Amino acid sequence: MKLLRQFGMILLITFAGELLRMLLPLPIPASIYGMLLMLAALMTGIVRLEEVEQAGDFLIEIMPLLFVPAAVGLMDAWDALRPMLFAVSVITIAVTVLVMAVTGIVTQWVIRQEKAAAARASLPHIRHSKREAIHE
Amino acid sequence: MSEVLTSCTYFGVLLTIAAFLFGLWCKRKFGWAICNPLLIAVIVVMGVLLALRIDYKAYEESAQYISYLLTPSTVCLAIPLYRQMKLLRQNAKAIALGSIAGVLASMGGILLLSVLFGLTHEQYVTLLPKSITTAIGMGISEELGGIVTITVAVIILTGILGNMIVSGVCRLFRIEEPVAKGLAVGTAAHAIGTARAMEMGEIEGAMSSLAIAVSGTLTACTASLFAMLW
Repeated sequence: MKLLRQFGMILLITFAGELLRMLLPLPIPASIYGMLLMLAALMTGIVRLEEVEQAGDFLIEIMPLLFVPAAVGLMDAWDALRPMLFAVSVITIAVTVLVMAVTGIVTQWVIRQEKAAAARASLPHIRHSKREAIHE
Repeated sequence: MSEVLTSCTYFGVLLTIAAFLFGLWCKRKFGWAICNPLLIAVIVVMGVLLALRIDYKAYEESAQYISYLLTPSTVCLAIPLYRQMKLLRQNAKAIALGSIAGVLASMGGILLLSVLFGLTHEQYVTLLPKSITTAIGMGISEELGGIVTITVAVIILTGILGNMIVSGVCRLFRIEEPVAKGLAVGTAAHAIGTARAMEMGEIEGAMSSLAIAVSGTLTACTASLFAMLW
């Protein structure tokens, strides 16, 4: 019954996300509200990790499967897509690569800058402690 | 025969799971990047539906029970995010700057190419939210006067493409930090990309999950400004 309890808890938070979606006038889906609620619940300790972890990890693992029906729906969009197919294909491929590269490169650059800065900052400290050691 | 199949409640569900398991098997067996389980499952299901002359509507009648789990599954993305909270805090500045750069690159790139291709304003705003999660993207497209069906189709295509190419793109641009990889795939290819990030590792998965929420929100806030530019 442990998994059932976990699944119940996940659905409860999903439901709360749906309620927020109804109440707030923003174009944000219930799933994103639910995700933020789940994070808040875990961080405040209202929900403990053990209370959702196994069922949650299972749902995440099967996630690619869950997109199959929607993607098969592309069949029906074909007629609408055809007149702008060439432009859409080029834009989709080019922009997806561009966004991935820009996001990754910028993030990595900042991370490495910070690492280098942290290493520089810790250097005088090491020298200082060495000097102290010698003095002693 | 098609009527018999479509009147069974479990036909679509079973077909979807079988096609996906076949995709997983192909990936294990051949190990090529093109052997993406999601892509293979979609092609197999489409093939079966076309061969048996079954409407998408009839298939969806049953397969909707699979889609039904998508919302709780997305909610659960908070779990790896919580487990990686320390890492998120440590890299807060990098994550913020990377996300902003990615969202601007997305809309800037679409603007530039739309001008080059001479697309209409309607087509331009239809494509504008293509990198973000379907539900937010639909809302933005509708608000800006785009064609929502095409927006959804392009969002899904972007997701599948991102899911397939992320490993190659990261190698090509020497993106090695797990945090940067995860953020890159989540910003470019939302939840479908995140499904792949989860396979790459816990850190990649957590950062990709975070990127869905962050890039979705940033795009929702700035799309109307970009809509005014073409």
